[in-house]
Formats: sequence, structure tokens, C-alpha cells
Amino acid sequence: MSAGQVGLVAILALPAVGAAVTAALPERFDRAGRAVATGFAAATLVVSVLLFFGVGGGGFVHQVPEQGPPGIHPWHELDLTWVPGLDLRFHLGLDGISYPLVVLTTLLTLLCCVYTWWRAPAPGRGRTLTALLLVIEVGILGTFLALDLVLFFVFFEVVLLPMYAVIAIWGGDRRVYAARKFALYTLFGSVLLLVGVFVVVSAAGTADIVALTGGKGLSRTTQLVAFTLFALAFAVKSPLWPLHSWLPDAHSQAPTVGSVILAGVLLKMGTYGLIRIGVGVTPEGARWAAPVLGALAVAAIIVGALVCLAQTELKRLIAYSSVGHMGFVVLGIATVTTTGIQAALIGNIAHGLITGLLFFIAGAIKDRAHTGELAELGGLRETAPRLAGLLGFAAIASLGLPGLAGFWGEAFGVVAALRLGGPLWTTLGVLAAFGGALTAAYFLRLLRRISHGPATPAVANLSPRGYAVEQAIWAPLVVLILAVGLLPPIALDVADEPVKALIEAIS
Amino acid sequence: MTAAVVLGWLLPAVPFGVALAGLLLPQRSRAVAAGLGIAGAAASLVVAVILLATLDGAAAEGSALWVEFGGLEVTAGVRLDPTAALVAIAVAVVALAVQVYSVGYLDHDDRYAPYAAQISLFTAAMLLVVVAGDLLLLLVGWEVMGICSYLLIAHDRRLPEAPAAAVKAFLVTRVGDVGFLLGIAVLGFTAGSFRISEVLAHDFDATTLTVACLLLLAGVAGKSAQFPLHTWLPDAMAGPTPISALIHAATMVAAGIYAVTRLYPLFVKSPAALTVLGVMGAVTLLLGALAATAQDDIKRVLAWSTVSQIGYMAGALAVGSPAAALFHLLSHAAFKALLFLAAGCVIHATGTNSMSAMGGLRRRMPVTFWCTVIGLGALAGVPPLAGFWSKDGILAVAERAALDGVGPAGAPVGWLVWISGLVGVAVTAWYATRLLLRAFAGSYRGEAAPHDPPALLRWPVLVLAVPSALFGAVAFAGPFAGWLRPPGITEHPPNLLPLDEELIHFGPQLVYPVALLLLGAGLAWWRWRRDPATDPATALGPLRPAFDRAFWLDELQHTLVVRPVAALARLARRGDEVLVDGAVEGVGRGSGALGDSLGTLHRAGLPRAATAVLAGTLLIGLAAVLIGVGG
Repeated sequence: MSAGQVGLVAILALPAVGAAVTAALPERFDRAGRAVATGFAAATLVVSVLLFFGVGGGGFVHQVPEQGPPGIHPWHELDLTWVPGLDLRFHLGLDGISYPLVVLTTLLTLLCCVYTWWRAPAPGRGRTLTALLLVIEVGILGTFLALDLVLFFVFFEVVLLPMYAVIAIWGGDRRVYAARKFALYTLFGSVLLLVGVFVVVSAAGTADIVALTGGKGLSRTTQLVAFTLFALAFAVKSPLWPLHSWLPDAHSQAPTVGSVILAGVLLKMGTYGLIRIGVGVTPEGARWAAPVLGALAVAAIIVGALVCLAQTELKRLIAYSSVGHMGFVVLGIATVTTTGIQAALIGNIAHGLITGLLFFIAGAIKDRAHTGELAELGGLRETAPRLAGLLGFAAIASLGLPGLAGFWGEAFGVVAALRLGGPLWTTLGVLAAFGGALTAAYFLRLLRRISHGPATPAVANLSPRGYAVEQAIWAPLVVLILAVGLLPPIALDVADEPVKALIEAIS
Repeated sequence: MTAAVVLGWLLPAVPFGVALAGLLLPQRSRAVAAGLGIAGAAASLVVAVILLATLDGAAAEGSALWVEFGGLEVTAGVRLDPTAALVAIAVAVVALAVQVYSVGYLDHDDRYAPYAAQISLFTAAMLLVVVAGDLLLLLVGWEVMGICSYLLIAHDRRLPEAPAAAVKAFLVTRVGDVGFLLGIAVLGFTAGSFRISEVLAHDFDATTLTVACLLLLAGVAGKSAQFPLHTWLPDAMAGPTPISALIHAATMVAAGIYAVTRLYPLFVKSPAALTVLGVMGAVTLLLGALAATAQDDIKRVLAWSTVSQIGYMAGALAVGSPAAALFHLLSHAAFKALLFLAAGCVIHATGTNSMSAMGGLRRRMPVTFWCTVIGLGALAGVPPLAGFWSKDGILAVAERAALDGVGPAGAPVGWLVWISGLVGVAVTAWYATRLLLRAFAGSYRGEAAPHDPPALLRWPVLVLAVPSALFGAVAFAGPFAGWLRPPGITEHPPNLLPLDEELIHFGPQLVYPVALLLLGAGLAWWRWRRDPATDPATALGPLRPAFDRAFWLDELQHTLVVRPVAALARLARRGDEVLVDGAVEGVGRGSGALGDSLGTLHRAGLPRAATAVLAGTLLIGLAAVLIGVGG
């Protein structure tokens, strides 16, 4: 086994073992349990960073590995027999498309564990929460690493129940409703994914994503059917308008760490699947459905922004903003071009960082002001200027200010659409650009309500206590938002070769 | 990397570093923050001057690949020429003046550290626009500037209207920036690169070029406050006065004009875009000047005068003379910064913005008075102050375009710019005279005890008075005129003004603006002379409310854009909750109800259940027998 293969196993095994150990600890070791989970999360992050080295020459530029099958050239690969009777394989691999998402996942999980270590949300039992976070991490990482369709599906499902528990136990007032809606809605998507996987596997006779990439061995009809199923499944997860309505409830009811994981990485499973499987395995279908996908993406951008403009609750607003941002990501994917997919990838990363930060800050505000209603919030910069400043920074990053992370994905999603030309894509590009202006409108409205003006009673009594810990947790996100904004290659260079290979394989 | 390129990078990098450091300071650390801000601006000034000397009239460029999206290259690079160095000097001078002035002006502010840091960031962003060698790098500076203006306009927490004005400033410019981004996108993916030199070298077809230029103009209109996206600028007066000076003089509004001169070789090839620019400039020029006549707030008079003066610059670009536009941009930077900072002194002393509560300040604030005289004289174009020469340059090229038909956009645009420019001279003279008389002549109508400001406020004003008065002289200096030419035009298009064109135009045509200046000033003075206590604006009669409200364009914008969008947003929210989510909930409830009724069907008493089981067994048995028989 090479070091890379050990790393692939370790990155899944560490959080799994961590979850088991943490969950097994008795009640009186609650705080210690949280610390243990945090340790495992940190180790996972270290492994995910180490996986970067030893590839090609190291550094940012990777050499293309020896010419394997076209489409996917993993840096590290592990292919084991899993269930011989059913010809199922435990096939993992890591390349430049999945790598940034893997690091984002390990980073956000660590930050969430640290946050829970510091303060477990009501009703306590923080170690269980961290254990569940680690299980979710296993599922998400497995999804990003799986190179076998059935394995992909299994990992895709692993996430569901622990997230249900996180929302249903530690959530807000309507947590049970929101958790049930989340679970049932995404389960509906999973069923379609499962059917899609069966369609592909039975038609092609293999579940190996590497072999399937490029749509080889699949007839056009099969591809259209399979893509439709995949697209619906991933559209629920991403989420894509109009299949998004589980998201505002889940995001706004989940505890802070749940919202961060949901928005930060869980949604990316949908867009990642759309690229890796939707575009990769069923390219004919992707090209066939591209106009519909693009139109829905732009509808998501516009509708999401408009709903935010009339939204009255802080966390719901941020949740809806995700609908718009993921719309830009899907728009990039829908163009099925190198430019568009690269824009989508950096958009994914940027959204994970920015919305993760936004939910952390929103949680901090709600914890202290005990309300998220915009009408009851106001004058935050009078009582907690640093918090207001950070909220401003996150909002400005989210509205896509050039120089910060959010800009690149959105601008180049628009460029990719315009570049395709023709009346449809030009219109979509222009509308998406206007969506960018609407995004600015609702974020500035948000800041005006929350930060400016005289302090409302809820804000006046707000004490910035315990704030140093939170700032330390947020600092990596702030730095990364700035770093990815100023140096986008750190998130994009690794994806350059794989995206080109993907586009080459499907054209 | 050559020395010039390093200096070019230092220009935005120095204030950016200072800004980052400043943002991390505790909010109340005044002295450190002020020191950092002043040092940053001063360092930028030094770098800009050295850059001008290093360039020595030549151009320099240095760039590296920044990021690549599917074969579209985005470069991080600087593109330097004497124009850029001159504009950078203007930016740095104004920024330095504003940093020093702010220390005195906001002497009781408890959030000085972020304030000074945001000014540094603003400066850095503008300098980035000035040196950027790539369209996307330019866009970074362009938008960061927008967000800084937002932050700084909202700085004053005592003004209830400040947050709204800040939001408006950002959103109106952002709407224009949608066009700007799309224009950049079209240029970039057609040329395959966003690097300015490659974009300029690319051979676009006429339609693409015109579309791209028109889209860019939307962004220019937003940033440079041109009709119909000018509405944010007067409201932006809610920001602290030094910020107004910064926004109006050398950053923000100058950026739009500067961006057009940067890409001028493209605009030259698109007469349609230049025609639109000419019409936009002419309308803005008159609209701003007329609106300035009726304002009572001293800062709003100046704000509208900025709108009008930028209109002159846009007009100069439309008739084919970027050099004249840049000349006016530089002289305007000096005298508008001077005017705002002087107005700040007046406001600081009287405690009000309203000219109705001023009057008679000439004797109480002599230094401020004389500086304002110089500033207003330059604004109105009194010879030999800076504004006279630079405005005359614009009128002369417009006249040439009108009478001789030279210029890329043709004679009609020339006529439009020339005539509106001449009318503008008279109106400008009228409102400048009115401002001077209302604030400084007659007897004091307020209640405070105004006196000349302390040194921190006085010195920046005095320093700025020098270029406001004397800047015209540099135009006589040999190389200066050549420095203001866009270096991108290597070949000389036949319809452009000759490249050896002088900036200064002596000749009989100087009579028109001077005569109109005397007419405008004389009318205002005559009106005031009849009754010094009455506002000369009463002479406007029934037109006064129209001018005062700037032709109700704000209200129009509110009715046509803001209200429909808000209504649409409410509709979208309801639609999303009732229809989209309602459908989901309906499916959920439907399934639940179906399950319930099926469950009810299965709930039965023992006899009925037993009957059902037996009946079922019978049916299955029957089926088995039948199938068995059939088989």
C-alpha cells in the first residue's frame, strides 16, 4: 500500500473511529469526549492536507499521472473488492476536482467540533453532537472520494440520518418538523439517485466511475434517462430551484454547527455529483438537459435573491442566499465547458467558506440577542462593533465583491454562459449578472437592519462575552476568504488538469 | 521586473497594507490610526512622484498569469504611463489632504481606526484602478472602491439618513456595474484574455465592440455619476465632509472617466458608443448645473457641481479628446477637494450645512473665504485659475468637432457638447456666485460664533489652493500635454484630433466662455445686490422646485425601480412559500391523509377482520387453482 492509499483509508477511518470512541464515552466525560472528537477531526484535517503532498512534483502544479483511462486521473487510488458476489468494489480516489472539497470538509468539521467543544448547544450532550458531526464527515468525504457508483450512493446516504438527528435534537423551535422535512425530501432524491445508479450499472455492466466517465457503453436513451434521475437527485441536494424548499427550514432550525455543515459542505455533494456523475457518466444527457438546467439555475439566482429581499429572519435569509449562490454554481456546470465547471468548483469552495462564516456569525448573534427577527435586531455596531464588522465582511464577501472568494465563481459562471453565445445563454448570463446586483441589494438591506441605526432592546443588552474563542474559530475562514479571493489559483490550479481531462473525455 | 513596475505595484500595495493594519487596530486607537493613514497616503504620494520621474514620459508594463478559467487568462499586472502616474499623484495628494484634515474634523469620533483604514483602502482601490493592466484587476479596484464608499458614507452614526444614502450609493453604482462586468466579459472572452494590452490589440468586429463599449458605459455612468445613474451622488453627502472630498475629487467619480481613457482606443472605433457618451455627458452637465442652482445645503451645491463637471469630462471624451478630459479631471480634483474641505471648515464653524444659516463669513473666516474664492473661481472658470484652462480645453475641442466635424463621433455630438458646455459655463458661474454670496457676504444669519479652523483643517485647504490656482500653468510646460495622451493609440486614426494638439487654446473663441461667465456671475450678483437677505435662487421662480428636486428623477427612480422590485420580492416570497413549498407540503399532507385512510380501512372489528382474512385466503386459493389449471 502506498502512502497515498494509507491516507485515503485514514481520512475515512479517523473520523469513523473518532465517532465510535466519542459516542462510547459515558456521560460524565462529556467535555473530554468533545475534546477527543476535536482531536480526531484535527487529525483528519492533517491527513487531508498531507494527501496533497507526494503528488507529482508537489507544490501547486501537478503533473498528469501516467496515461490511464481518460477522464479521471486520480492522484491516489484504492481499489478493493468489497462484496464479490455482487461485484461491488471499494474504489476510492482523489483528484483535483475532489481535493479542494475534501479539505473544505475536514476544515469545517474541525471548526464545528472546536465550536461544540467550547459550547454545546441546548440540550447539551455535546459529545454525541461531535460524534454525529464525525459520522457526517465520513459520509461527505466518502462521497467525494468514491469512484464506484454504488459506493458513492452508500456514502451519499450515510449523511442523512446523523444530520436528521443533529437538527431534530439540537435544533430550534420547529426542529422536528424541519428535520423530518429534510430527511424525507432528500430521501426522495436518494431514491431517484438509486434508480439512476441501477439504470447505469445494469446498462453498462460496471459501476466503476473511472471506466464510465465519458459515457462509454451507454446508449443515448440510457444517458438521457439516467441524467434526468441524477439531475433530480442532485437538484434536491444542491438545492436547485424549485426543489429547494427543505433548505430554508433545515438551515434555519439546525444548530449553528449543523447549519455550517449543511451549507458549507453538504450542499456540495449535490453539485459535485452533478459534475462527477451527471456530466461525467452521462454527458449526452447533460448536454441535452443543459438549457433546462441553466434556466432553472438562473431562476434560482433571481428567485432566491428576491425572496431574500423580502425575508425577515436572519438565518432564513442566509439559507435562501444559498439557493442563489448554488444557482451560480449550477449555471457554471450547465454550460458543460471548462470555464463553467472551473467557475462552479471555485464557487463551491467560496460558498462553503463564506456561508459557513455567515452561519457562524448568525449563530453568535442569535445566541446573544435571543432572536433572529430582523425587525428586532438593529444597531449591532453600537454594542458589538467587531461582530458587526465581521458580519459586514462576510456579507460583502457573499455579495461577490471582487477581491474576495465569492467573486470568481459568479463572474466566470456569467462569462461561461455568455461565451456559449446564442440568445438563450446570453439571456441567462445577463439575468445572472442582474442577480448579482440583487444579491448586493439584500445583503446591504440585511446590514442596514442589523448593524446600523440605534440599538434595539435585543441588541442593547448583548454582551460580546466568550467572543475571543469564536473569533479564533472564524479566523481561518476569514483568512481563506481573503486568500482565495486574492489568489484564486490556490483553489483552482489543482482542478485545472482534471477538468480539462473531463471535458476532453466527454467531447 | 523593472523599477517602474515595482513602483506601480507599490502604489496600491502600500495603502492596502496600511488599511489591513488599520482594520486590525482597536477602534479607539486614534493616534496610531491617524499616523498610519497619513503615512500611507504620504508614501503613496512619494511612490507616485518617483514613478512619474522613472517613467520619464514612456510607458511600462509588467504582468503575470493570475488565474486561468478554461483558456481565459486573467493576469495580475500593471500598465503604467505618465497619465497613470499623474492621476496617481492627484489621488495621493487628495488622500493625504483628507487624512490630515480628518484628524481635525472627526476629533471626537470613537471609531477613528476603521475610518482611517477605510480611507486607506479606498485610496488603495483607486490606485489599483489607476495602475491595473488587466480588466478584472481593474474591476477589483472598481468594486472595492464602491464598498469603501458605502462604509464611509454610513460612518456618521448620528445621521439617520446616512445608512440609506450609503446603500443607495452602492446599489446604484452596482446596477451600472452589471453592465461593466458584462462588458468586460464580452471583451475578455472575445479576445481570449482580460489583459488590457491584449484586449486593445484584438481586432473586434464592430457590433461586438459597440455592445461591449455601451455595456462599459453603464458602469462608467454609475461610478462617475452620469445621467441616469447620478442619483446616488447628492445623497452621498450624508458621509463626513472629508469623505465627500475624497469621493468627488480624486476617487470614485474620477474612476469612470479614467477607465474610458484607459480603453479609449476601443471607444474611438465605436462612434455609437461615443455618441451615447456625448448625449449622456451633455444631459448630465446641464442637469447637474441646473440642480446646483436651487440647493440650500452647501454640500449639495458642490455635489451637483461635481455631477456637472464630470459631464464636461464625458463630453470631452465623446468629441475625441481624452487629453482634455484628463486635464479637467486633474484640475477638478484639486479645486473640488479644496471646495469640499473649505465647506467642511464652514460647516465645522457654523454647525450647519444650510446656507440660510450662514452669511457674512468673509470677515469671520478670511482664510476659508479666500480659499473658497479660489475654488469657486476655478470651478466657474475664471482666468487664470486651473479650471479656466481645463474647461476651455474641452470647449475648444468641442467647438472644433462641431464646426470642422473632426472627432470620432461627428459634428452633431460636437454641437451638443459645445452648446451645452457653453450654457453650463453661465449656469456654473451663476451658482458659484450664489454660493459665495450666500455663505460669505452680507450679514451672519446663524447662531454660532464662526471663526477660521484650527491648523489641521486649515493647512490641507491652503495646500490645495495652490494647484487650484496655478495648475493651468503646467499645461504650458512642454511634456505635460503629451503625458495625457492615451498610449494605446499607436496608429493615429484619421478622425481623431491630431496627437500634437495643444492643451491650451488661445484664440478668439476664448471670448465666449468669458462672456458667459460674466453674464452668469453678473446675474447672480445683480439679484443679490437688490436684496442681500434673499436667496438669489428666488429668481428661478416656478422652476425652483424642479431644480431643487433635480427634476424629480429620484422619485422617478423610486417609482420605476425600487417599488416594483420590492413588490416583486414580496410576491416571490409569497409564491415560494405558498406555491413551491405549498406543493411539497401538499404532497406530504396528501401522503399522510392517504396513509390515514388506508389505516382506517384496516382498522376493523374482529368478526370483519376474520371475514376479510378468510375471503382473502379464498381468493388467493382460487387464483392458485385457476393459474394451476391454466398452466
